[in-house]
Amino acid sequence: MSKKAFTFISRTAPYGSNRPKMSLDAALATAVFEQEVNYLFMDDGVYQLLANQNGEPIQAKTLGNALETLDLYGIDEVCVDYESLQKRNLEACDLAVPVTLLDATQMRALINRSDFVINL
Amino acid sequence: MTAYQFARNLLDQGHDIYRVFFYGDGVFTLNALAVSPQDEINLPQAWHQLIESHEIESIACVSSAISRGIINTREAERHEKDSVSLFESSDIAGLGQLVDAALQSDRLISFG
Repeated sequence: MSKKAFTFISRTAPYGSNRPKMSLDAALATAVFEQEVNYLFMDDGVYQLLANQNGEPIQAKTLGNALETLDLYGIDEVCVDYESLQKRNLEACDLAVPVTLLDATQMRALINRSDFVINL
Repeated sequence: MTAYQFARNLLDQGHDIYRVFFYGDGVFTLNALAVSPQDEINLPQAWHQLIESHEIESIACVSSAISRGIINTREAERHEKDSVSLFESSDIAGLGQLVDAALQSDRLISFG
């Protein structure tokens, strides 16, 4: 079976809903199938990547810790919409993992060349 | 509702559906215990009939389903629950079934 390119887009903040966890689980499951997996964070989704998170006071698992292991599980590229970061007064150095910053044109190119785009 | 209507139209136009995968809150769409007001469509019932009449493979994500109480006989036994809520026309399985469906199909269409 040939390798396909999957892009997962996560747009919601880390602790208000279980959508970020759904994205993560689906991306990890796809990586198990040895497919190309790209993970794009947009809008409030960029907060998922913030360094020094602690979910304990609200009885939640710290999502940032899980995201730090993405490269170990075969996620090829972790991308962030640069404009979403800027709007929230954040920079790449505020994030827990090294990311590729994309502008609108680059995001369009990524989505265009993906066989599957899963928006959660 | 959009997914249901889309699926019905696909079938009407002669396309094949390889698999329907219900994820997150989507698993509530397979709740056999749901009752709708008389003048509204019962979406779980409508899906069940569509799935059964076209013999579509329908899967609820296991972690989404059991955490929301959408369980079949097998999961009820495993987790020692005395009720079953999943339509018999659907099954419970892992996320691998979503990835497999993407790889086997021309298109992956997601809703919600």
